[in-house]
Amino acid sequence: MATARSAEGSTGSDSGGEGVRRRDFLNVAAVSFAGVGGVAALAPLLVQMSPSADVLAQATTEVDISKIQPGQGIKSQWRKQPVFIRNLTPKEIAEANAVPLSDLRDPETLAQRTKPGKTNWLITLGVCTHLGCVPLGIGEGENRGKYGGYFCPCHGSQYDTAARIRQGPAPKNLFVPDYQFTTPTTVTIGAKG
Amino acid sequence: MSFSWAKPYEPKHPLMRWLDERLPLPRLVYGAIGGGYPVPRNLNYWWNFGVLAGIFLTIQIITGIVLAMHYTASTDGAFNSVNQLIMRDVNAGWLLRYAHMNGASFFFLVTYIHIFRGLYYGSYKAPRELVWMLGLVIYLLMMATAFMGYVLPWGQMSYWGAQVITGFFSALPIVGDPLRIWILGGYAPDQAALTRFFSLHYLLPFVIAGVVILHIWALHIPGSNNPTGVDVKDERDTLPFHPYYTAKDGWFAAAVLLFYALVTYFLPDYLGNPDNYIPANNLATPAEIVPEWYLLPFYAILRSFTADFILPAKLWGVLAMFFLPWLDKSPVRSGRYRPVFKRFFWLLVIDVIVLGWVGGSPVRPLTVAVGQIAAAYYFLHFLVILPLVSRFETTLPLPLSISESVLHGETGRDSPAVTKPRRSKAATAVVD
Amino acid sequence: MVRVIGFLIGLVFAGILLLAFISNLSSYFTNPPTPLAAEEFHRAPKELHLASDGPFGHFDKQQLQRGFQIYSEVCSACHSMKLVSFRDLKGLGYDDAEIKKIASDWKTQVPSINPDTGEETTRKAMPSDTFPLPFPNEVAARAANNNALPPDLSLITKAREGGAAYVYSILTGFQNQPPELLKKFPDAKTPANLHYNPYFANLNIAMPPPLTTDGQVTYAPGNPKPTVDQMARDVAAFLVWTAQPDLEARHAAGIAVVIFLLFATILAYLAKQQIWHEVHSGVRETGPLDPVNQAKTRRAKAKAGVAG
Repeated sequence: MATARSAEGSTGSDSGGEGVRRRDFLNVAAVSFAGVGGVAALAPLLVQMSPSADVLAQATTEVDISKIQPGQGIKSQWRKQPVFIRNLTPKEIAEANAVPLSDLRDPETLAQRTKPGKTNWLITLGVCTHLGCVPLGIGEGENRGKYGGYFCPCHGSQYDTAARIRQGPAPKNLFVPDYQFTTPTTVTIGAKG
Repeated sequence: MSFSWAKPYEPKHPLMRWLDERLPLPRLVYGAIGGGYPVPRNLNYWWNFGVLAGIFLTIQIITGIVLAMHYTASTDGAFNSVNQLIMRDVNAGWLLRYAHMNGASFFFLVTYIHIFRGLYYGSYKAPRELVWMLGLVIYLLMMATAFMGYVLPWGQMSYWGAQVITGFFSALPIVGDPLRIWILGGYAPDQAALTRFFSLHYLLPFVIAGVVILHIWALHIPGSNNPTGVDVKDERDTLPFHPYYTAKDGWFAAAVLLFYALVTYFLPDYLGNPDNYIPANNLATPAEIVPEWYLLPFYAILRSFTADFILPAKLWGVLAMFFLPWLDKSPVRSGRYRPVFKRFFWLLVIDVIVLGWVGGSPVRPLTVAVGQIAAAYYFLHFLVILPLVSRFETTLPLPLSISESVLHGETGRDSPAVTKPRRSKAATAVVD
Repeated sequence: MVRVIGFLIGLVFAGILLLAFISNLSSYFTNPPTPLAAEEFHRAPKELHLASDGPFGHFDKQQLQRGFQIYSEVCSACHSMKLVSFRDLKGLGYDDAEIKKIASDWKTQVPSINPDTGEETTRKAMPSDTFPLPFPNEVAARAANNNALPPDLSLITKAREGGAAYVYSILTGFQNQPPELLKKFPDAKTPANLHYNPYFANLNIAMPPPLTTDGQVTYAPGNPKPTVDQMARDVAAFLVWTAQPDLEARHAAGIAVVIFLLFATILAYLAKQQIWHEVHSGVRETGPLDPVNQAKTRRAKAKAGVAG
């Protein structure tokens, strides 16, 4: 229903153009304020889904590596994911260094994947970069594939002694997380170097 | 709805035309809350509270869904999931929890004002009886939802409130105790009760939303009531909902949200009970078991029946309101023109406030006595007094129309043609 | 029909309530309730002003640190604080290294499993742990405390009527039972294992006074003297923080939101007034037969001297 004005002149009509602009400005201002408020109200609803403080507090895990002999490895956890910590033998280190980078799908040297002076300690996530299965090879007697590293039974990805992808569908080497040697016998995984 | 001068929906934008041909949703919205829904022009601010209730329902659903992402419904995990995880660790968790807690209080506050508006202005009368009854269904669902929600943090009051309220069911003869055990899934509130309350607490607000849609739909058939209680006669009596009432509802909603923010940010625990910050202990009863403030009047009615009485009395309190359209037969709707009714209305308001105070007080003989008088008045008001008043009252003259009342003042006395003051008897309909 | 039934039901309900009322009152007058010692001698909490009070409240971090020191040295012997993690102490102004030290030095250790043998053992706490429990379970706690369970302190200032003022009053309210009480209520002598404290609901609390002497805890230089009163204030302030770590963020956000909504309300109100202006000023859709317009037309005609 239009708000038609009555027959006699009304006060607003002379400032018709001005009045419309003032009217619109106020309405636009009020609605934009409401809009900004609405968007601001959205912020807590979205941010609450981000990891909460207790989850973030689990961001680092300390592992005692004193009992791992050369040639052995242990499976640990970091951020609820499996971590492989392996003590490489000199033979395994030599094998890794002998591979030309051009042969690698994801070229990286062993030195790039370990800490200086501690190239025997190979610490990677135990998550196959293909679709996320946990590869075999870390435990005693497990199948280590034909490159002597890790073997993923789901789709046949084979990793070498430096946990680099050599064969199979996985696109990348096993992920090396940030870690620090807090003492010669403890590693803190998740701590930046 | 049924006003012939309602502006029809005429989409100009080609996209809107395309949409309208395939799914007439914009048309529906336009006709319900847009420029195409005529509303009496003389609505006062008591008419703002329906939309406010809708706003708080939305706030509760949104904050509730988000809280449910972090809540654990187990007897050993619930308290910690609320008071440790949500309140301390979840980003903005404290805000969501306080918003949800106080949102419930505000939801009830605006709903009570909305109900009392209906009582005063006769909005429950024909042809809006179904709007009234659907509204009471919403109210019952709200009470159930709020009760179950309060159990979820598994504090002392959560547990003992659940124990007391479910205990009332065992007062029913024969089926009472089996019913209570069936509801709880056990002999006392425990894991089974907690998980099912969580499930139902998540479900019921959506049921409420559905009934709200029916409630609004039923309203939009005859259109809104107005402070004079006189029906809309022609287009001079109405204004399109948009922009007039969207603007009016909008600013008032901002003011109420301001008040809500003050409570949520600065007094978040004021309306609550400290005992609920103590983890539930089934071996130790708190000194006073009290529900949240919005349930206090019915709690007081319940506790007033100190003589053995088998039926759940507080349910009767709500049921009494259901039949109001048939109990109050005055053809004059609005309390504005019913001087005797008006006085009893305010007596009811005072009575409910007194009942609330009694409900929150420790059980002492004198307080219980006051509660018993107040509870008796409550039932007498709806079931005895109102029917009698509507029968014998002399009402004031009504204005000819809404526009008359707007132009010439609120009583019909000033309008050019005055209706004779009439006794309700002469106009009593035959239908009972 | 509905009205008749409703009428009768109403009378029945009112009647039942009236009977209940009469029986209630008659039993009150024939058998008046006996006064309790607790009702008469119970005292409301003392006044306590903290930096965290009021809408602009904030935390005095130095006071919180003193309060934490009291918790560590005095209260933690019996009271758990299981909802608070060591990492939360950042809110008191400690940095990561300090928190790590506080956690690993904590006198109680966290239950753990020996990684080699699988036996139950304990380990040093880490920042991500919550404060270890002083007793492994409720039974042990009661056994060590005359069958009383020292409540967890994480939420204590929210879980008691009176909040921090109540905690402060309890800590400073231990005294000898007044002779007037014994004269009036000879049966209300404080039992042997309990301690008289008028700020506690039933006057006799199981906790022995934890803060007994000035200087019980040594504060670092630059802090007020550790009198019993000061220590009680400090620990009460700390317990406000444990219960409401969100307080400062909440107040800051609240002020911003309230100011925003104030502006929004004012703007929205002005917009509404503008939209309604025509309606309120009486300009409306009308026609020539409207009495108001007829009156106006008559007046205008009379002015112009045109005949009716």
